[in-house]
Amino acid sequence: MATKKSPEKSNVSKDELLTYYREMLLIRRFEEKAGQLYGMGLIGGFCHLYIGQEAVVVGLEAAAKEGDKRITSYRDHGHMLACGMDPKGVMAELTGREGGYSRGKGGSMHMFSKEKHFYGGHGIVGAQVPLGAGLAFADKYLGNDNVTFAYFGDGAANQGQVYETYNMAELWNLPVVFVIENNQYAMGTSVKRSTKSPSLWERGAAYGIKGEAVDGMDVLAVKAAGEKAVAACRAGEGPYILEMMTYRYRGHSMSDPAKYRTREEVQKMRDEKDAIEHVRDMLLQGGHASDEDLKAVDRDIKAVVNESADFAKESPEPALEELWTDIYA
Amino acid sequence: MATEVLMPALSPTMEEGTLAKWLVKEGDAVKSGQILAEIETDKATMEFEAVDEGIVGKLLIAEGTAGVKVNTPIALMLEEGESADAAPEKAAAPSASVEKQPEQPEGSEGKAVDEPLVSSPGSAVPAKPPVSPDWPEGTAMKTMTVREALREAMAEEMRGNDRVFLMGEEVGEYQGAYKISQGLLDEFGPKRVVDTPITEHGFAGIAVGAAFGGLNPIVEFMTFNFAMQAMDQILNSAAKTLYMSGGQMGCPIVFRGPNGAAARVGAQHSQDYAAWYAQIPGLKVVMPYSAADAKGLLKQAIRDPNPVIFLENEILYGRSFEVPVLDDFTIPFGKAKIWREGTDVTIVSFGIGMTYALEAAEKLAEDGISAEVIDLRTLRPIDYDTVLESVKKTNRCVTVEEGWPVGSIGNHLSATIMQRAFDYLDAPVLNLTGKDVPMPYAANLEKLALVTTAEVVEAVKSVCYR
Repeated sequence: MATKKSPEKSNVSKDELLTYYREMLLIRRFEEKAGQLYGMGLIGGFCHLYIGQEAVVVGLEAAAKEGDKRITSYRDHGHMLACGMDPKGVMAELTGREGGYSRGKGGSMHMFSKEKHFYGGHGIVGAQVPLGAGLAFADKYLGNDNVTFAYFGDGAANQGQVYETYNMAELWNLPVVFVIENNQYAMGTSVKRSTKSPSLWERGAAYGIKGEAVDGMDVLAVKAAGEKAVAACRAGEGPYILEMMTYRYRGHSMSDPAKYRTREEVQKMRDEKDAIEHVRDMLLQGGHASDEDLKAVDRDIKAVVNESADFAKESPEPALEELWTDIYA
Repeated sequence: MATEVLMPALSPTMEEGTLAKWLVKEGDAVKSGQILAEIETDKATMEFEAVDEGIVGKLLIAEGTAGVKVNTPIALMLEEGESADAAPEKAAAPSASVEKQPEQPEGSEGKAVDEPLVSSPGSAVPAKPPVSPDWPEGTAMKTMTVREALREAMAEEMRGNDRVFLMGEEVGEYQGAYKISQGLLDEFGPKRVVDTPITEHGFAGIAVGAAFGGLNPIVEFMTFNFAMQAMDQILNSAAKTLYMSGGQMGCPIVFRGPNGAAARVGAQHSQDYAAWYAQIPGLKVVMPYSAADAKGLLKQAIRDPNPVIFLENEILYGRSFEVPVLDDFTIPFGKAKIWREGTDVTIVSFGIGMTYALEAAEKLAEDGISAEVIDLRTLRPIDYDTVLESVKKTNRCVTVEEGWPVGSIGNHLSATIMQRAFDYLDAPVLNLTGKDVPMPYAANLEKLALVTTAEVVEAVKSVCYR
């Protein structure tokens, strides 16, 4: 992973930086709150936090336009917040309540929003990759210029269906950006222990798909790469692969003791590479915002997150009749 | 010595074909591997090669002859210096009756009825069921094969809705591995008739994604055996997403293709998945028997906003039935069809099982047993009411299917009948199924593994205490 930050490389505006700061912070605070609610027993089952990876979704959403679609795995809270879904609805789904995006029937791993073109939230590792290519297939068929972002992790990158999909996506020239969120660990197995491939994006070359590795801890680098990939897709140049080099600070899920890596490794990433701190530095050093301004943003975000948690606690459990609804359209 | 050249079997299920064209004439010297003739099956036109060198003595079957049974002598080959006139006159006679005679399974002496394993078109099956609620009285009918009916259903729906498209292996340029999609590429073009690489898991996922994205895909699996590769996408993505999304994300898709045993294709290509899929909430499962049902139900399936598993059968593809001539003919799901009314016993079946059920009913009638024969047609939803009404009348029930016995559709019906019509039963419900073994290849063993008409007859007699 590239370690050098390059705040001066883009002439990014103050508003833009503030937006990224706010959006990444929202994800982080939301996830921290989700972790708390999990500890309190309000959230059950599996809960996979996105903390550390915020720059990936925020940067790519900055490259998207209305109508573009996104689909991801079970580590999906960040994607939903980044594409504009309501934190209240997401948190209430985590607590399994009526006010959740799936009315409590999906949970952390299975949420959707047709309105925001968010197609899940998929619990089977890798399954969202062909589904994402299918969304792109539909857009191409319908003749619009929408692009689909199909997110998956370094773990999913070893699933066969990913390569079946690469083959067809390139064969049919589908407007899909494959986003590999390489956070270094597939549950507890590091990339080094699961593959000898030096990089994951290069595997696309076997299918004729262009791609690149991107510093996924740098929201501006992510956005720039996203724009390039999206432009290629919109121009009818078919799929594109972005391997986002990123890092998750928390365990694979809430029940992960994380014995497979050292505390020092995690701390080093937090200290040296944190995406939010990076933007914060740019804002302060560039004279775009004062410490006080950013504290105000922090307070706002905190309020939004607390409001979502309150909503998620107060929203009633789904009516018992809900057991039998939504099985068939 | 003159050698007979016999009509070849060019597919596992071929019983007869058309001798489309001779590429040699009498007196020609041919080499081994030389193409002798073009032979047309219901699926394809195939070239037929000489296995040995020799001289074409006599062409016994004129080109253009249809319905030439497999193993009928079609030509005589002579060795150098031999005369065709010297060839035995009887050539055509002895081996002409080539319809596969089933061997009796070991230990079944005296019980087994002399039934062909695969009955040929137009056997004892009544052309028209006595009761048909599916189309108005007096509707004009035409005869068509199940294959043609399926093709018509897809073509009509594709004409009516430009978001309907067909995807699968060999559906386009090859015209369909089983010729179900013949002609569709010509009419609809490659955008809507999409040839895929051999990659079931991947293309099933892409199709499900396309359904989420607003299209109406028809996915052809070359056979449902290969859909095992795609099971995760069918179950976890297609069937469950509507529920998991609180009703937001429907998946209007049809997965179709041949299911169950064909003939002599061994364990990995001969499995009936009816009971498997019927277990999954979120899926609808259709398994038609007749051409009319194939057409009406497939059209309905394509319009359904849910994922539909549409289980066809290779052996039934070539069978002909009466199909109503209607502009827009659909059959709703969850309505069984009573093919034959009766008073002594209810035989419930679906798909190719109906062949045995109907043949058995015919034989039982000769013995004075009146069987009511019900075709479930859809396995999710199941028309319990029609079955229960019938059982309340006949007080006896036998179920017939090709799938395995454990967790079969028959088991489920037995449980339902026990719970909802216990007091009406005069005998235990018997479930006839395929045997609890992987499908063997050997002809005699395969026959033994499948459910037979004889078994149905025997089971009915047993529940009737006869």
